[in-house]
Amino acid sequence: MASTLPSRRSFLALSGLSALSVSLTAACGAGDSGGGPAADGTVSFAWWNIATTEPGKSLFPQISAAFTAAHPNITINTTSLENEAFKSKLTATTSSGKLPDVFQTWGGGVLRQQADAGLVEDLTDLLDWSSRLTPVSLEAYQFDGRTYAVPYDIGMVGFWYNRKLFARAGITSPPATWAELLEDVRKLKAAGITPIALAGKEKWPGHYYWAYLAMRVAGLPALQEAATTKDFTGAGFVRAGAHLKELVDLQPFQPAFLGAGYATPGGQAATMGNGKAAMELMGQWGPSVQKDAGADLGPDLGFFPFPTVEGGAGRATDVFGGGGGFALRKGAPKEALDFLKFFVLENEPKLLASNGYLPVVKGAESLLTDANKKVVAESLTKATGFQLFLDQAYPPAVGQEVNDSVADLIAGRKTPEQVTASITEAAKGA
Amino acid sequence: MPSAETTLTKERTDRAVPPHPPAPVRSRPRAWGDWASVAWFLVPALVLFLVFVLAPIVVAVYTGFFKWGGIGPLDDFVGFANYTKLFGDPVFLGDLGRGLYLIVLSITVQLPFALFTAVLLNQRLRGRAVYRMLFFAPYILSEVVTAVLFTMIFLPGTGMADHLVGLVGLEGLQGKWLADPSTVMPTLFVVMIWKYFGFHMMLFLAGLQSIPSEILEAAAIDGAGAWQRFRHVTLPLLGPTIRISVFLSIIGSIQLFDLVWVMTAGGPNHSSETMAIAMFQFGFKRYQVGYASAISVVLFMISLVFSLFYQRYVLRRDLSGAVTAGGGR
Repeated sequence: MASTLPSRRSFLALSGLSALSVSLTAACGAGDSGGGPAADGTVSFAWWNIATTEPGKSLFPQISAAFTAAHPNITINTTSLENEAFKSKLTATTSSGKLPDVFQTWGGGVLRQQADAGLVEDLTDLLDWSSRLTPVSLEAYQFDGRTYAVPYDIGMVGFWYNRKLFARAGITSPPATWAELLEDVRKLKAAGITPIALAGKEKWPGHYYWAYLAMRVAGLPALQEAATTKDFTGAGFVRAGAHLKELVDLQPFQPAFLGAGYATPGGQAATMGNGKAAMELMGQWGPSVQKDAGADLGPDLGFFPFPTVEGGAGRATDVFGGGGGFALRKGAPKEALDFLKFFVLENEPKLLASNGYLPVVKGAESLLTDANKKVVAESLTKATGFQLFLDQAYPPAVGQEVNDSVADLIAGRKTPEQVTASITEAAKGA
Repeated sequence: MPSAETTLTKERTDRAVPPHPPAPVRSRPRAWGDWASVAWFLVPALVLFLVFVLAPIVVAVYTGFFKWGGIGPLDDFVGFANYTKLFGDPVFLGDLGRGLYLIVLSITVQLPFALFTAVLLNQRLRGRAVYRMLFFAPYILSEVVTAVLFTMIFLPGTGMADHLVGLVGLEGLQGKWLADPSTVMPTLFVVMIWKYFGFHMMLFLAGLQSIPSEILEAAAIDGAGAWQRFRHVTLPLLGPTIRISVFLSIIGSIQLFDLVWVMTAGGPNHSSETMAIAMFQFGFKRYQVGYASAISVVLFMISLVFSLFYQRYVLRRDLSGAVTAGGGR
């Protein structure tokens, strides 16, 4: 026993060392952007995505299979996780300092934290095909002029409305200004129709109102400046809250909205889809969730951009939204980037045909067939400015505080001044 | 101490063997060998305990002194700042208050109700096995399934709860339930009772079964009525079970998470938030891991201090052996 033990131990140590050195050489080879694949020519990388529902669930594996068929030396180890599960798993992985080679990102504050920690690859100089992508789709992943991810989907938030219910209340055209919107809410209420569906339990749908109002009143530059100075107490932000309070005071939401979820039974999407409310402020995915949770409104469903506010600094064509992209781990094999190029440029028609994504490649809007998707895509191409969802653009602590305090404002528990003070406090502390 | 003496004499007479049987004579090396093998067999359990219980506690206490976002090095030492911020936060103080609210209601409403059903189902009754099973069934359901089920029941407008109160003419309650800050806690508590009273009922039933019927018969012969028999025989003899029941329901209330998370996520506007939910919010939604660690340390300390005191002063008699020894006092 005593004589065999050391030899066994040294054997283990040796094999461990050699395994380490193999992975080290592999890492070095991969980290060098000019370098080729490992000695035997094979490359493998991990790909984490969130395609657990259709159309991505069947589309993503098709795309990766097509890529590996064309490059037999490459293996892709795919992990598909549900949205929230993905976020928790990535958080745990991030704290260990080791990210997967290619992973889903929504850009903004989280990606920025990862980039600042030196965990993700700076793609600015590697992405020689970025000129083929629409600028608006890249914005969420760019900080200080550097690009950290490749987009595959982009969208925006706006009002989805029920044409039939608007007509019943005697409204002929969708509102273009905030005053008109308030007037239409009064008309809808007078006609006995719930004007707006809102998921009060989930908080993020409520933050859209405050964010859009801040964009319209204070303007995009003010929002971006506030993110760096960490001061949200400016008059424009207080006024945004005051305008939201004007709307809340009209009691426009469905009964018991504070307990309502978004996609859950009886939630915001179901209320809207079943024709029990006249409008909702939601992203491009709104119609498909309405169909899932309630019913398809079909041609009765219309879209109008968030109204402008009288005397505000923002323009009607400034959009608020977000999309999806893929980031690379620092030192990921360069084949991973080739895969992303293939994924985005070669497969854009497939992605759009599945009716689940919006174009990120210039000129691809013409491939869209769905009328509502077309409207959204056109608003995006005409966009004069873009703001990412605040709960993603800012560090998580600030984003959640925006959601929380705006929810308090909507429930009548905070004043517009208190909202800006809370967000500022969170920003200074984060 | 008289009670200790009586126990000892009882043991002596019962067993009729010397209280200290002569220990087998062993040499010192043998004893050391025994210790070594004990230690050897303890290693797996000890390692698991260290890695999954003690180490996380130590790490949580340590990170609680830092401002840390979960990424990168722990380099922003803030001392007790997380704790001072915690106890200056009205929402967290509210969490503490809500914990107390649930504890008080559990002890004053849920446990008496469970005891009542247990006493009822301890009688000779047609189909009592079916009732026992029915009342115990909710406890077997997972918390998440229960929460989803009751979300449906309390759905505004179309839910069963709205229909029921509509039928009895209480339209004022319709559409509130989980959606109104003033009704959310009582509503949650109703769900808690539904879910957990069957468990306590089972504990009480087991306790009732162990009460010798001779004592109750003797009391009846001495002329004690039903209430007197319950108050002066059953209740004191059920003492150990009741004390354990109280202990479990207090610890359960302090750590309540999944039921609330799925039904309300702590809302509307923090009005149903518990400490565990605050911890999750800060740790996994806001990525303020240091602050969340501080919350978890407070949660842990409250549970620890409470359990220690409860075991020291309330459960002492129950834990030290003979169940019937101190029952009469």
